[in-house]
Amino acid sequence: MLDQSMNRRRFLKGSGSTLMGTLAMTSMPIAILAPSRSWALELQQLDAHQGEVLLTLTRHIFPHPTLEDAVYALVVKDLDAAAADANVAETMRSGIAALDNRAGGDWLALDAEQQGMHVRAIAGSDLFKKVQSTAVVSLYNNEMAFRHFGYGGELGDAGYLSRGFNDLTWLPDLPASASGPVPGTNG
Amino acid sequence: MDNYDNQTTFAHDDDSVVVIIGSGAGGGTLANELAQKGIDAVVLEAGKLHTRGEFIADEWASFGQLAWLDNRTTSGTWRVARDFPNLPSWIVKAVGGSTVHWAGASLRFQPHEFRAASEYGDIPGANLLDWPIDYDDLAPYYDRAEDKMGVTRTNGIPGLPGNNNFKVMHAGATAIGYKHCHTGNMAINSVPRDGRASCVQRGFCFQGCTTGAKWSTLYTEIPRALATGHVELRPESQVASIEHDNSGRVSAVVYFDADGREQRQRARAVAVAGNSIETPRMLLNSASSQFPDGLANSSGQVGRNYMRHMTGSVYASFDEPVHMYRGTTMAGIVQDEAHHDPSRGFAGGYEIETVSLGLPFMAAFFDPGAWGSDFTEAMDQYAHMAGMWLVGEDMPQQRNRVTLNTDVKDAYGLPVPNVHYDDHPNDVAMRQHAFQQGTAIYEAAGANKAYRTPPYPSTHNLGTCRMSAHARDGVCNGYGQTHDIDNLFISDGSQFTTSAAENPTLTIVSLAIRQADYIARQMADRAI
Ligand SMILES: Cc1cc2nc3c(=O)[nH]c(=O)nc-3n(C[C@H](O)[C@H](O)[C@H](O)COP(=O)(O)OP(=O)(O)OC[C@H]3O[C@@H](n4cnc5c(N)ncnc54)[C@H](O)[C@@H]3O)c2cc1C
Ligand code: SF4
Repeated sequence: MLDQSMNRRRFLKGSGSTLMGTLAMTSMPIAILAPSRSWALELQQLDAHQGEVLLTLTRHIFPHPTLEDAVYALVVKDLDAAAADANVAETMRSGIAALDNRAGGDWLALDAEQQGMHVRAIAGSDLFKKVQSTAVVSLYNNEMAFRHFGYGGELGDAGYLSRGFNDLTWLPDLPASASGPVPGTNG
Repeated sequence: MDNYDNQTTFAHDDDSVVVIIGSGAGGGTLANELAQKGIDAVVLEAGKLHTRGEFIADEWASFGQLAWLDNRTTSGTWRVARDFPNLPSWIVKAVGGSTVHWAGASLRFQPHEFRAASEYGDIPGANLLDWPIDYDDLAPYYDRAEDKMGVTRTNGIPGLPGNNNFKVMHAGATAIGYKHCHTGNMAINSVPRDGRASCVQRGFCFQGCTTGAKWSTLYTEIPRALATGHVELRPESQVASIEHDNSGRVSAVVYFDADGREQRQRARAVAVAGNSIETPRMLLNSASSQFPDGLANSSGQVGRNYMRHMTGSVYASFDEPVHMYRGTTMAGIVQDEAHHDPSRGFAGGYEIETVSLGLPFMAAFFDPGAWGSDFTEAMDQYAHMAGMWLVGEDMPQQRNRVTLNTDVKDAYGLPVPNVHYDDHPNDVAMRQHAFQQGTAIYEAAGANKAYRTPPYPSTHNLGTCRMSAHARDGVCNGYGQTHDIDNLFISDGSQFTTSAAENPTLTIVSLAIRQADYIARQMADRAI
């Protein structure tokens, strides 16, 4: 189910408010995009503990075992920016404190199974809703996610006419009556 | 490049002009048709002018650029009210209206669909009515609209080439015995035509077509109307209300300009084409001592009978890749369920059309509010998924309606529209059937798993100022002229008496062409 590596050891210890990690390189297309193997996120509003909680919480809400932490970190980045608003910051601060509290002080210290139990219990809370509604956009709306899931993104801008719009070969070709001529060919 | 400079301007107190509110399928077409006849018109459009070069190949960024995001509220049992309480519909606020991001499917209604009350009989809870016009009245205008819009498989225009998503649909549909499956009747150039290029299969039809292959009033009707010197386009002009004189005829339109300043344009006649939520809102917002329930509302039907089509989607995952996002968004159709056959357990019919969403919108719309591994395992299949949209006739109901929500105000201090919708049992039965058939198509093509996706915010908004033979049953006559006020016209999908199964735009455009002929005659006869 949840990725084995979903525990706090995956994060490098950064200074006070920096979240850092390395690419697991399980998804080669992302490795090509990345300038280096390690990534770092400088937090403006949140501290590193809050950042780690939010990243791990996002992994529980939208678990993609082979999707890099670096992509999940983009969610944390957006949550951090949203925390410039005092109300949002308070939602996160109190929500994370409550999560730690109900987990006996340090939710991140639990194993994935135990963590998940607490996540199910807080589903519907303000913190959960904020993370979920942010992540459903941020997690899937970036170049690395596009590569990971196999979406062309703005590469499509120039058109797929000569770049695979009809390259599917595992089903029979279309009869001419159901289709139409491909511009630039005699078909 | 298209020229959007006004060749002419009209004074605010010039009362000889026709004022057209909205520049989408209805308003943009009407403006050009009137202009070609030499009739002067002012087009008031709430949105900005975004030319083709400004479109963005990025779903969320484009949504922010084009969508109508003014606050709205919702009520009723439809799932959209829960998932998107402030976004009941997905339409455009920009010059060109929703033709900027429509998919281009251009189907004629079937003849029996103009006679829904007679053909379907009494359906409890449905406020069915026959249209005051029939298929033959509209047929010549369908001809003109198809030619204007360059619809494939009409006028000798070849079909578009099928993409991967359509290959899957076609394989499954033919395997279960469907006979009418092809790449559709699309207002998208399969060959260069009318000064516009042919489609390069970008797959960003919902984000605006940079090549212009897809018909939109933005780069066809509007620049042509402007070129005649008979039309002035005023973007960023959001209409608040319509005024009338002592004789009860409309006389001026009040709007807010780009700087938020109130302006008043006098008018000889007014044509309202703000799409089916804003159109009734404007009429209701124009209540006066003479018309206390709003303009043209003696029947009490303004805002009622809101229809949005029975919709739903089926996505399915396969062993092999599909890459459904490559190429036209609506790449093909199955029409075998479009007829009326009550033995299926519902009245009316539905169309099955391919649809694709990019990864960002897939995450947002696949199963709104979902989380956990069921959701993410489906998302993991993205590159191996095919998708279809199911769209069918929904029942007009009195209580499905647009009203003014006086508790919530917009940026101009006006009450926002509330959109109430409950599915009719007929809609529910049809959706169930369509989900089953859609699933069967994909299973026949070898799907591992099929997913049923609930309706998106309404892309088709219809019926809130419906046409009727008798003034007591509806808001306007067969030409869109309101029963109560001779020089006030409804020029968009609000006119629809019933929704029919087909995507509405070809019919909206055909009605607008027909209305232009009628307005010209009425003006020549000095009837208005
Ligand atoms: C994603 C998507 C895909 C679609 N695909 C298809 C398809 O394949 N086939 C099909 O037939 N239809 C399709 N449609 C539907 C189609 O876009 C609409 O049916 C059509 O555009 C409606 O025309 P209209 O004139 O009623 O409104 P619109 O085209 O929406 O135009 C209304 C205009 O009025 C303006 N306006 C509103 N209120 C005011 C005001 N108060 N003051 C000034 N201006 C105002 C708006 O800004 C807008 O520009 C699709 C829609 C969407 C959203
Ligand atoms: S796929 Fe074709 S119609 Fe759609 S945006 Fe691209 S060029 Fe335009």
